[in-house]
Amino acid sequence: MHSRMFFDFARRNVRLHWLRSLLAVLGIIIGVVTIVSIGILGNSLVLAISDSLSTVGDSIIVSPHAGGMGFGGGGSAPELISDRDVEQIRRAVAPHVTIPVYSGASRMKIGNEDTVGVVYGLKSDDIPILLELAEGTYLRGSSSAMVGARFAEQNDIKVGSRITVGDKGSLRVVGILKERGMGFDINPDYGIVVESRWFEDAYGQDGYDLVIVKVKDLNQIDEVKVEIERQLNRRETVVDVIDTRAILDTILTAFGQISTFTTAIGGISLIVAGVSILNIMLMSVTERIKEIGVLRSIGTKRQEIRRMFLYEALILGLIGSGIGGVLSIFGGYAVSLVMLQTTEYLFVPSSLIYIAYGIAFGIGTSLLSGLYPAWKASNLNPIEALRHE
Amino acid sequence: MEEEINAICSNGSIIRFHEVTKVYPLPGGDVVALDSVNLDLDPGDFVAIMGPSGSGKSTLLNLMGCLDTPTSGELCIKGRNIRGMSDEELTVLRRDNIGFIFQVFNLLPLLTALENVQYPLILKTGNRECQDRCQAVLAAMELDESLYSHKPSELSGGQQQRVAIARALVNDPEILLADEPTGNLDSKTGTAIMALLDDLNRNQGKTIVMVTHDPAIARYARRIIRIVDGKITDTEG
Repeated sequence: MHSRMFFDFARRNVRLHWLRSLLAVLGIIIGVVTIVSIGILGNSLVLAISDSLSTVGDSIIVSPHAGGMGFGGGGSAPELISDRDVEQIRRAVAPHVTIPVYSGASRMKIGNEDTVGVVYGLKSDDIPILLELAEGTYLRGSSSAMVGARFAEQNDIKVGSRITVGDKGSLRVVGILKERGMGFDINPDYGIVVESRWFEDAYGQDGYDLVIVKVKDLNQIDEVKVEIERQLNRRETVVDVIDTRAILDTILTAFGQISTFTTAIGGISLIVAGVSILNIMLMSVTERIKEIGVLRSIGTKRQEIRRMFLYEALILGLIGSGIGGVLSIFGGYAVSLVMLQTTEYLFVPSSLIYIAYGIAFGIGTSLLSGLYPAWKASNLNPIEALRHE
Repeated sequence: MEEEINAICSNGSIIRFHEVTKVYPLPGGDVVALDSVNLDLDPGDFVAIMGPSGSGKSTLLNLMGCLDTPTSGELCIKGRNIRGMSDEELTVLRRDNIGFIFQVFNLLPLLTALENVQYPLILKTGNRECQDRCQAVLAAMELDESLYSHKPSELSGGQQQRVAIARALVNDPEILLADEPTGNLDSKTGTAIMALLDDLNRNQGKTIVMVTHDPAIARYARRIIRIVDGKITDTEG
């Protein structure tokens, strides 16, 4: 019952000094909106990156060993992955799928326009495992090609268009691929995909540039990786084996840390708001010294005085954080739209939780800011307080 | 030692000072506000304390009100020695047994007249539904009912002092401490307030200790104590 009375007391005092209360609340609102908006932006960024990369999160990439290419390392290009090596990988990872990939960059002519693009050589059977079709069909015959979404868009390529690849011959476009996003294995969005036999004939390459292993069960990634290393790198390191999930985790962790860091910077505005509350509460204590003396003389305990002032800070924090929480939905919407050009990640739980965090931090900061003034008020000497003019 | 103190405190006095000294340590040197004061007040006493400024009157009143504790000597309130009591114990003793009346009324500006009276009662009982008791006390102070919902700033000095006395009385304390209770009132209102205090003393048996400079006001008391330089020099009545 005391609590209700002290809360009521605090509420009246907040109302009495409405202008400075309003300014303190405004500080908290700004602080909460800032940290929540930045938090939502960071989380949306991580989710967007995660979405664009997660399609390759189930792969192991085997590439020729790049050792000795550094300073004074001899400068020789890494060898390619032979058919024998591919077979060894296939045996080692069975029943998971092994996809050998040729790749190279080439000048291309589309209509009268010259351009440069990446050419990937894949076996026809492997293509549907790795890539999705947006329109047209998968490869039909060795002189057909599929084109990445961005490459098609930039060069105005349609199904039926013809592409001349350097002096290697002309290819008819039979399909446009769905946009795949950035990958650690291949990036066909900015290139074309051809049948591996055509690539072999055109470039005369006697080995693959990389091998992608699609792991069906993500829990087996480490096991498969170890098995490939055991088979191929027994005597010397022939291939480098990269686990895309680990790379993905590292990237997401890095972005998560950046997000936390920027949110923490946003938190500075909340600290400033806290200092403002501290200042306002100290002013309140100074103005009410005599009143505190009266309260003490008529039987109010120290802890009750403390509670009264903490309620004031709590009221400011509750109002500021509540309004800030609501406004931060709009703030999050605005920054997501401006920075990421999308708001699709705004209402996912991992973004919305930032509103709860923001409100909690707002209230916490207010209470922390009220601690010292409350302590100061409760420790005033009642006699000196009563004498205060 | 404890038995000795118990014996000091259990002589039947409602307030007892036994060799009480109060020293305020200041940078310029210690100030002795009270010097070995001995004083016994019985239940139902009406005492006026007089003396020049800085003589120790307020210190005496603050010690009686448990707002401070003696540097040495024993001070017993209702048979309990207050030296060594914690701040919380002193606050509870004050809340339940002592009512304060100030020269400048000291009502809480945020609360209405009725709420000002309710406040100490809620502190004591935790019960917010205590309007009947508070209204009865205010009515006994002859405050018009239409003023109960007024804030202190909307009341005259006399009305504020009536509310302040009602607040001091609401927990039914045995001791009322009044610091120049008529100092801020005109003589007519002051006389009415003193008549109220006199009535509380005579008819309700309240022990009243009043600090005043005004000999006319002091005459309402049945005992006048004069204090100079921290020592009681004279007791009349």
